[in-house]
Amino acid sequence: MNTFLRIAAWFGASIVVVTILESILKSLKNYQIMGSDIITDYGLSIIGLIGVSISLAVSLQLINGYTGQFSLGHAGFMAIGGYVSAFISKTFLTGQASGKGFIATLFIYIIALIAGAIASAIAGLIVGIPSLRLKGDYLAIVTLGFGEIIRLVIETLDVVGGPRGYIGIPKFPVWKWLSVGGFEGTFSSLSWIFLFAILTIIIIHNIVNSSFGRSLIAIRENEIAAEAMGIDTAFYKVSAFTISAALAGFAGGLYAHLYAQLVPSTFNFVKSVEIIIMIVFGGMGSITGAVLGAVVLTGLPEWLRIMAGLRADWMPNWLATGFSYLPDLRMIIYSSLLIITMLVRPQGILGGYEFSLSRILGKSKKNQAPATSKEEKKS
Amino acid sequence: MEFLQQLMQQLINGIVQGSIYALIALGYTMVYGVLRLINFAHGDVFMVGAYAGFYTAAVFSISQPSIGALILVMTSSMIAAALLGTIIERFAYRPVRKFSRLTSLITAIGVSLLLEYSAQFFFGATPKSFPTVLKVQTITLFNNITISNDSILIIVVSIFLMIVLNLIVFKTKLGKAMRAVSFNLDVAKLMGINTDFIISFTFALGSALAAAAGVLYSIHFIKIDPLMGLLTGLKAFVAAVLGGIGNITGAVLGGLLLGIAETMVSGYISSSYKDVFAFMILIVILLVKPAGLLGSATQEKV
Amino acid sequence: MTPRYFFKTLLSSLFILVLFAAFSACEKKNDGDSTNTGTGGKSAPVAGDTIKIGEYGALTGEKATFGQSTKKGIELAQEEVNKAGGILGKQIQIILEDDRGAAQEATTVVQKLIDKDKVVAVLGEVASTNSIAGGTVCQEKKVPMISPSSTNPDVTKDKDHVFRVCFLDSFQGEVMAKFAANTLKIKKVAILYDNGSDYSKGLQEFFSQTFKKLGGEIVVTEAYKEKDSDFSAQLTKIKGLNPEGIYVPGYYTEVAQIAQQARKLGLKVPLMGGDGWDSKVLFEIGKDAVNGCFLSNHYTIEDPDPDIQKFVTNFKAKYNETPDALAALAYDAAKILFDSIKRANSTERQAIRDAIAQTKDFKGVTGVITIGPDRNAVKSAVVLEIQDGKYKYRETIKPDEAASAATK
Repeated sequence: MNTFLRIAAWFGASIVVVTILESILKSLKNYQIMGSDIITDYGLSIIGLIGVSISLAVSLQLINGYTGQFSLGHAGFMAIGGYVSAFISKTFLTGQASGKGFIATLFIYIIALIAGAIASAIAGLIVGIPSLRLKGDYLAIVTLGFGEIIRLVIETLDVVGGPRGYIGIPKFPVWKWLSVGGFEGTFSSLSWIFLFAILTIIIIHNIVNSSFGRSLIAIRENEIAAEAMGIDTAFYKVSAFTISAALAGFAGGLYAHLYAQLVPSTFNFVKSVEIIIMIVFGGMGSITGAVLGAVVLTGLPEWLRIMAGLRADWMPNWLATGFSYLPDLRMIIYSSLLIITMLVRPQGILGGYEFSLSRILGKSKKNQAPATSKEEKKS
Repeated sequence: MEFLQQLMQQLINGIVQGSIYALIALGYTMVYGVLRLINFAHGDVFMVGAYAGFYTAAVFSISQPSIGALILVMTSSMIAAALLGTIIERFAYRPVRKFSRLTSLITAIGVSLLLEYSAQFFFGATPKSFPTVLKVQTITLFNNITISNDSILIIVVSIFLMIVLNLIVFKTKLGKAMRAVSFNLDVAKLMGINTDFIISFTFALGSALAAAAGVLYSIHFIKIDPLMGLLTGLKAFVAAVLGGIGNITGAVLGGLLLGIAETMVSGYISSSYKDVFAFMILIVILLVKPAGLLGSATQEKV
Repeated sequence: MTPRYFFKTLLSSLFILVLFAAFSACEKKNDGDSTNTGTGGKSAPVAGDTIKIGEYGALTGEKATFGQSTKKGIELAQEEVNKAGGILGKQIQIILEDDRGAAQEATTVVQKLIDKDKVVAVLGEVASTNSIAGGTVCQEKKVPMISPSSTNPDVTKDKDHVFRVCFLDSFQGEVMAKFAANTLKIKKVAILYDNGSDYSKGLQEFFSQTFKKLGGEIVVTEAYKEKDSDFSAQLTKIKGLNPEGIYVPGYYTEVAQIAQQARKLGLKVPLMGGDGWDSKVLFEIGKDAVNGCFLSNHYTIEDPDPDIQKFVTNFKAKYNETPDALAALAYDAAKILFDSIKRANSTERQAIRDAIAQTKDFKGVTGVITIGPDRNAVKSAVVLEIQDGKYKYRETIKPDEAASAATK
């Protein structure tokens, strides 16, 4: 079986799995256990957000984790993808252009998302070029600057609502494909998002385990040595930026159609830092780590919200007060988590570890990506 | 004539704004010069300095402007910030110093966020009004061009501190040690320099400078809030890079240039492009002359 | 990629999805503790001894002051109604969620309030962007929502479950234009507005439209951004054009600084603005610089009307500060909601929605409020002058008068 067919088969399988899972989750909304809901739209939207975060974190891992560069502008790429795809889908799917058939709608969504990804890739290319000259913290600052410029420029564009935000973006329609009793088979935003999250994982996994990926890792480990070994570092670094930006742009498009509203201030540098925290916390240079980081850190604020709601009468005063402050503390917890991770385990929770079924089953494995980078000592 | 008068006024506005950037940039540059660390939390130390001044005035119930009050508020906030800077260095930066520079950078971002959100939690997110410790008067220079006395104070203090810092770094024994640490930490240690102390001292000094800037900023703009250090800090960093990070005179020069450029952009083009312009300067400088206007390029060792 | 990889990755993605399912399943278990309902999620949300009302706003982040003021107003209304025995024999419970001033979080928290807390109605937000985000959810779920202070037309447009108790941008802009042209009799006005806020932008547009119709001239329109602190460049430009007044329809923190910096530059003309000015912070930061400036507002705390005085006294007693416009509007929004629940005699969401829509001549703190067919409040505005940290009443402008002024 050639690689292309394998990936196609893979992707097909993912569509089926994701769609079925979405349908199960959505159908569960109609059921209860002992008088309480199993899942609500609130839970579903958090799951959607987690899916977007996974794509963002895994795609950023390519630059920060595998190539050893430092991008602080991921939110900017996400913004470009989001705005471009939202603009296209809003133009072709709402107002007078609404009421298209299934195939046309599907086609427009895919085109819109891909256009967003391409726009983002171009931005990634532009940002990637400075990475040829700069490294380390200087590069981080330049990407931060680019990210901020992207946001500030969007704020001056009245056609997408300027600083007040872009509203009226169409949401992903709900396509029903089955309805048996209480079970409703649907294909909607969750399927789109997780399909793409899986696709991102597949893409990054394949890149990292190819010779291309090994070149990236060589650059991470020692750029000068990599260059000496004949690796065209410029090409690889810019490619990593471009691919990562394209994926972030795609994720931004999904985000736009999940919330139906985009506000430029969402994409400020704090958002970029949040994505960094995900991969730093989960483990630099580990896809599993990025996924873990995305799940934990996207879920954490909501979990704290729920914890705060658990405040009960039996609690002593100080504890109850503490509980009610939990949601306010979440950003303090976030930042402390980041510092503590750096102090205690700078390589992240998982380090370079990858979840691998074959290892669990005790099978030997060849051609695995080298584990985590050895922390380079400061010269 | 009308045009020239306005241009003069804009220039003065720019110099005042630029002096504030310069004051904050001095601290950035000090820390970077010695440790090669972009202290992301510097802008937030600036914010904490402003709040320290605010609470000092509250504790001593200062309501009337006087020179004594100004000195008291300034000194106590500088001491508080110096302490904070030393604590941050000791507990967050020192343990990660042995790892890569990116680890330090991420830690710095973490400290910055921690300070911002803790400030929102403890001081409240509502903006506060900084007490009047200086009687603000407007001075008309000529031709209807005005400048206020607090603006003059800011300009004077930033120039004064620049000179003092240059003296400390180039004329004292401590300064010599700082330069040695900056040159090579390990060799400096071998030469019997207490590097940990020097680094702590640098942080204390840099943070005290940030607090001085915070108090002066607050006297000028009156409003203080927990996120005031975020954008101002970033801009000051741009100023430091523009002048040549690690270079004290460069920080002041960069600050002034950035302030004037921003004012001209908002005065003659549109204020919407002010921030875009600041970041453009950053990128262009880093790409064209990464060492900045006054910095000297360093060769990478293989 | 070998088949083993295929298998492995498939399983790991399955594993991830199972994690999510587990995540959301755990979250549900708390539900039983926090709500003693017997009814299901799909059916009407009620029962128990309390009526649950959701509130969302920015309690942290850059817009936290708005959320904090709103929270205080709603809290006071809740306390008063609960002391008086509640509504329909039940106590009111407000469930407050912080959205950090972000539209995305507004969506999430409103979903949480509706799905998890099963609130009967929602109050919030201040920033229109966030009200649109939250309102979209409320509309989808058919839960009535009242925004105390979002002024953008899009907030209630096409959303028959979303209401507001403040006036629209258009009205306030017209009020001040009319006052400037007819009462102050000034001809040349400069505008300095916050182009990051739809509120400020809306006021600015309608002010300049009406002012021009009344024969005035807008000499320049300059912009700034929220969180800016240096406005001297724009003010220097304005000074060069010698206007007789400056219209600054922004929020109090920036306005106070603008006033300060204008005086430093020797600009002595009055500033004019809207209800976004109304806060003690304006006086704290603006000090003497805001003397002689004018603003349009919903009410004045100097109004001898006993209801207003009672509100101001109670608010001062509870929070040790004078209420700002956001607090007063929030108080009214909560009061209208409580009144509607009472009139509906039900905690059914649809019934409450219908009752809110029928609100007529409700005597609130911020004026007599009637909810119009487009779900916006129709009420009159007052123009106030600032003198030594106090408001001085100048005149009242009724909705129809302003409308006629606009079409003149």
